[in-house]
Amino acid sequence: MKKLLLATVGALALAGSAQAATGKLLLTGGVSTVDGAAGGGLSPWALIGTHATEGQWGAAVHASHARTQDYRLHAFGVAVATNDRFELSLARQDFDAGETGPALGIPGLRLKQDIVGAKWRLAGDAVLDSDTPMPQIAIGALAKRVDAGGLAATLDALGARRRGVDIYLSATKLFLAQGILVNATLRASKANQNGLLGYGGAAHDRVKLLPEVSVAWLIKRTLAVGAEYRVKPDNLNPSLLGAALKEDDWFDVFVAWAPSKHVSITAAYVDLGRIVPGVKPRRQTGAYLSAQFAF
Amino acid sequence: MYKPLMIAATLAAALFAGSVIAQPTPDRTAFQAFGAKPGLVVLMDDFMTRLLADERTAPFFKKANPQQVKEQLVEQFCEVLSGPCTYKGVDMKSAHQDLEIRKSEFNALVEILQAAMNARGVPFSAQNQLLAKLAPMHRDIVTTR
Repeated sequence: MKKLLLATVGALALAGSAQAATGKLLLTGGVSTVDGAAGGGLSPWALIGTHATEGQWGAAVHASHARTQDYRLHAFGVAVATNDRFELSLARQDFDAGETGPALGIPGLRLKQDIVGAKWRLAGDAVLDSDTPMPQIAIGALAKRVDAGGLAATLDALGARRRGVDIYLSATKLFLAQGILVNATLRASKANQNGLLGYGGAAHDRVKLLPEVSVAWLIKRTLAVGAEYRVKPDNLNPSLLGAALKEDDWFDVFVAWAPSKHVSITAAYVDLGRIVPGVKPRRQTGAYLSAQFAF
Repeated sequence: MYKPLMIAATLAAALFAGSVIAQPTPDRTAFQAFGAKPGLVVLMDDFMTRLLADERTAPFFKKANPQQVKEQLVEQFCEVLSGPCTYKGVDMKSAHQDLEIRKSEFNALVEILQAAMNARGVPFSAQNQLLAKLAPMHRDIVTTR
C-alpha cells in the first residue's frame, strides 16, 4: 500500500503541476479525517474533499498522527474527488498498542486497518447557499478491514468480525455571514474503537445509529478553530473479559490552518476515552496532528 | 462526570453558534467597515485591476467597460450592505447569461474579492457579511453547470 501511495502521490504531483484544481474556496473542502474521508478530524462532513469544484477533478493526500498516554496511531491516505459531487478515499491506520500488547501476552501488538471510503453529495452547497438554511447533504460509506495480528484469535472469541461497513449521512452548513460552520453526521456502525477492535461483539451485535456533531469558527480566511463530539457504540462491554474493553465517546478541539491552497495543517487535542480499560484504566487524551496536500 | 462535561461543552459551542447566527445584522456597521461609499469606490478600483490581471477572470471583463462595471458594483455592494444606494443595473441573470461562467470562475472572483478586501483592511466579519449576500447569486451567475 505504501508503494501504491507513493506512486499515486507522484502521479498526482505531475497531474497537479499540469492542471491543479483550485476551484474551491480555501478550507471549504474540509480536511482529511482519520478515516480518509473529508471532514473534521474524527467525523466525516458533507463537504466533498480536494479543491475540485463543478467540472473539475482533484486529489488530496494526508498523513496524520495521534498520541495519547498509552497509544499511538499513524494514518495516511489519498482521496480523489470529481465535480464537487463524488469522493473516493483510501486510508491505512497503524495503531501501536504500546504496553497493552505485552500485558495481553502479545508483545509488539499493532492493529492495522484499511479503509475504502465513498461519498456522494445529494444536495445543497454548504458555502454559497447562504440565503437559505438548507445545508449540503451527503451520504457516504466506509468499508473497513482490520489486520489484528496476534489479537485476531481474541477478536474471534469476542464475536467481533474483522470487516465492517459504516454508512453515514452528513449535513454541513456554513453560516457565512457569521463565519460559523456546523456539521451533523448520523453514522450506522458496528465498529469497536472505530474498527481497530473489529466489528460487533457477542453481547451487542446490532448496527447502531450514532450521532456526531462538529462546530467550527472561521477566524480568518486561512484559520478555523472548532470542536467535535462523536458518539461511539460499546459492543464489547460486557464481553467474556467483563468490562475490560469498555469504550467511550470521542471528543476533540481543533485548529485548522491553510497557509496555501495546497496545504492544510490540523492540530487537535483529542479525548478518546478509555481504550482497553482492563489494562489501561485511564482516559486516553493527547495530541493529533494532520497534514494534507491537495491538488 | 467527564462525558456530560464534554457533551455540555460541545452543546454550549453549538448554542453559542446558534445565538450568534440568530442575531440580526447591525444596520450599517458592515457598510461603515468598508469605508462607506468612498471606501467601496477605492475597493472596486483595486478589485477590477485584480480581475483583469487574473487569467481566470480576465476573459469575462475584457469586453466590458471597466468604469461602468465598477460604478455598478459600487452601487450594488452599497445596496447589499444596507447603504444609501439603489442598484439600477440589469439583473444578475440577464447580465451573465451569455458569459458561460463556471463555478470555479465564480469562486475565483470571490477569492480575488477577498484579496482586495484584505488589501483594504476590511475586517473579516464585514467581508463575510458582504459575501453572504453575494454568494447566493451563484445561481444566476454560474451558467455552465
